[in-house]
Amino acid sequence: MTAARDLAVYVRPAGEGALGMELAVEGIHCGGCIRKVEQGLKKLDGIIDARVNFSNRRLNVMWRDGTLAPAEIVDALERIGYKSQPFEFRQSESADIAESRRLLTALAVAGFAAMNIMLLSVSVWAGNVSDITPWQRDFFHWVSAAIAIPAAAYAGQPFFRSAFKALRARGVNMDVPISLGVMLALGLSVVETLNHAEHAYFDSAVMLLFFLLCGRYFDHAMRKRTRAVAGNLAALKVEFAHRMMPGNEIVLTPVAALRAGDGVLVKPGERVPADGIVINGASQIDESFVTGETLRRAVGAGAAVYAGTMNYGGALDIRVTASGEGTLIDEIERLLDKAVMAKSRYVRLADRAAGYYAPVVHTAALLTLTGWLIAGAGAHDAIVTAISVLIITCPCALALAVPVVQVVAAGALFRGGIFLNAGDAIERLAEADMVVFDKTGTLTLPEPHVANAGALDPDLLRLAARLARSSSHPLAAVAAKGFANEAPVGGAVEEAGHGVRAEVDGAEARLGSLAFCGVDESGAGEADDSSRIAVSHRGRHAVLVVRQVLRADAVAVTSELRRLGLDLMILSGDRAEAVAPIARALGIAIWRGEVKPANKVAALQRLRDEGRRVLMVGDGLNDSPALASAHVSLAPIGAADLSKAHADAVFLGEKLAPVRDAVVAARRARALMRENLWLAVIYNVIAVPVAVAGWVTPLIAAAAMSGSSVLVTLNAFRLHAALRRKVGAVEVGAIAPDFPAVTGDRAWTS
Amino acid sequence: MDVLIFLVPLAIGLGLVGLFAFVWALRSGQYDDVEGAALRMLSDDDL
Repeated sequence: MTAARDLAVYVRPAGEGALGMELAVEGIHCGGCIRKVEQGLKKLDGIIDARVNFSNRRLNVMWRDGTLAPAEIVDALERIGYKSQPFEFRQSESADIAESRRLLTALAVAGFAAMNIMLLSVSVWAGNVSDITPWQRDFFHWVSAAIAIPAAAYAGQPFFRSAFKALRARGVNMDVPISLGVMLALGLSVVETLNHAEHAYFDSAVMLLFFLLCGRYFDHAMRKRTRAVAGNLAALKVEFAHRMMPGNEIVLTPVAALRAGDGVLVKPGERVPADGIVINGASQIDESFVTGETLRRAVGAGAAVYAGTMNYGGALDIRVTASGEGTLIDEIERLLDKAVMAKSRYVRLADRAAGYYAPVVHTAALLTLTGWLIAGAGAHDAIVTAISVLIITCPCALALAVPVVQVVAAGALFRGGIFLNAGDAIERLAEADMVVFDKTGTLTLPEPHVANAGALDPDLLRLAARLARSSSHPLAAVAAKGFANEAPVGGAVEEAGHGVRAEVDGAEARLGSLAFCGVDESGAGEADDSSRIAVSHRGRHAVLVVRQVLRADAVAVTSELRRLGLDLMILSGDRAEAVAPIARALGIAIWRGEVKPANKVAALQRLRDEGRRVLMVGDGLNDSPALASAHVSLAPIGAADLSKAHADAVFLGEKLAPVRDAVVAARRARALMRENLWLAVIYNVIAVPVAVAGWVTPLIAAAAMSGSSVLVTLNAFRLHAALRRKVGAVEVGAIAPDFPAVTGDRAWTS
Repeated sequence: MDVLIFLVPLAIGLGLVGLFAFVWALRSGQYDDVEGAALRMLSDDDL
């Protein structure tokens, strides 16, 4: 394309006289790629620095102000052979990085303290059974205190803060007994050291923090990585709009940079970049992405058009209106606000366990105290024993039981092309007992396909694809899909509104409307939402029926979901006539068509009132309130941004299988979480009587605590092996360079 | 065994040096791209 590209929205100042930009780069696989990209860019005049981050496939470029236009950098990368797209700076991402550094620093501090204190503790334990002098023991204890107290004060902050928050909200979470255990262990140890006692629990307190921080850090790192890849995929799909500047100059502007009042030219075969009013031109618009309706709508001057709809007819001049001015978007946003507010806060498995656990343990400690006092023990001994009950039951294993499984499951889903948005999505997914599907773009592929490809002559189909590559018509793009390796036909001529013709093997070949190819239309006149184009060559011809087709594995996946005990339902914004055949093909008895966004939410509400836990799968803008109000929700990666933001997880690829994989993996993970929680309970059943009896020494506490933590962690890794067999892997490590939805979308617009 | 009074704090001091080195490395971005670093050292073009 010849129009200039305006990427100013992505550029940020980077120090004195310098500008910087971050880009997502597609196809970096190896060390050689890093070098090629960096060296290639540094050859440009004005570049100060170019550095690839291989872990998240991003490139950071800095250049001197005024020497380069940002588009030149993208072009240079393109020449080297890499597709790239600048990133918009996001606050949430830098907050993520800061949080991850904070957790890692806390982990390092806790690890350092645990190691050094353990070194001193082992000396004391060994000395207690041989020849340590009380003076040496006190010295070791004081050194331990000097390390443990500042370390715990720093590394324990994530737990203290969260516990404080829970208590202020008059609730209990797992961090409450953890914080209490750590503080009591430290306090008791200081008092005991003052009394020259044999036992101190500095090592237990710090080791507990170390184990728990490991769990938190890995959980956070997994989520950060998922978000980075999902962010890259989103950036690479960013679309450009032809923005009309004063003087009729056209500039390619990223959609994010469009403002209300801008004039935009929408060519045939392009998506409408923003909500707006048609100023000039007439066309048919496919609004399936917004409303689910597959029948095209005719628009002319004065009509409102919505972002994400596909222009099938002529070029349109539109004026961008502020989002929210349009009635449909307005309604959807209002519904979304309501749905988000109405969503009851989900109480996670671990917090529910903490709700039972904390009172039981604290009562046990209190009973121990009173029991020993009644039995005639001294106040000091009774208190020490009671606190040792709290220390040994400090929920190390319990607090690790859920996050470790979560990390393993999220990793498996990540490899399977499913990105979790919400931290508690796995638990809610496992509870789903009903799946509600949207039709268009969810059960069917988001873009139309040649529906009768199997019945046609493969040679003619290939010829059609080759001819189609010379045409800009959206239907031609459909015909070309899947034949990326076929060379275009030389000397093809496009007759606007009719089709393409070219000389092939000494005879004229045509692709276009049925009339253009001389095909009798009477035999192919069904009134449905499909479009027909024909291809003809040497007297042979074929009619290509283009329409929304089911995802390839939709039938298999829906029947498997049924076998998993889930009830299925379709709620579509499309007409009933369009939904019925899909429902029939999939054997889904409960379906409704022409459902407005508000009615989708109402239908989900009714199901919830009946006690169903609904998994909503949808992609369109009209689905976003439903996605937000369902118990749990999934969206394909091609979904509207608003829908992706409100879905609990996003899946990649052209298949429906991730829906099944997500449910299977979540159920497995939840079963394992419960198993782990039971392991922790069994540990406590054994440990508490020992502590109540007063037999616990710091050595026993340390062994029990680390033993139980290792046990639940190892148990969680069984999930890794189990899911490796169950969840099909999708290569996402390299930001899915071969991923069809990414490359496919580019073919549409470029 | 009076030597412990010097040796134990000395040992912990050395450990602290390691801890601060790690925190410095983390803050200066050494851990931002560990996979990239593993690949970069294979290409020897920094002449």
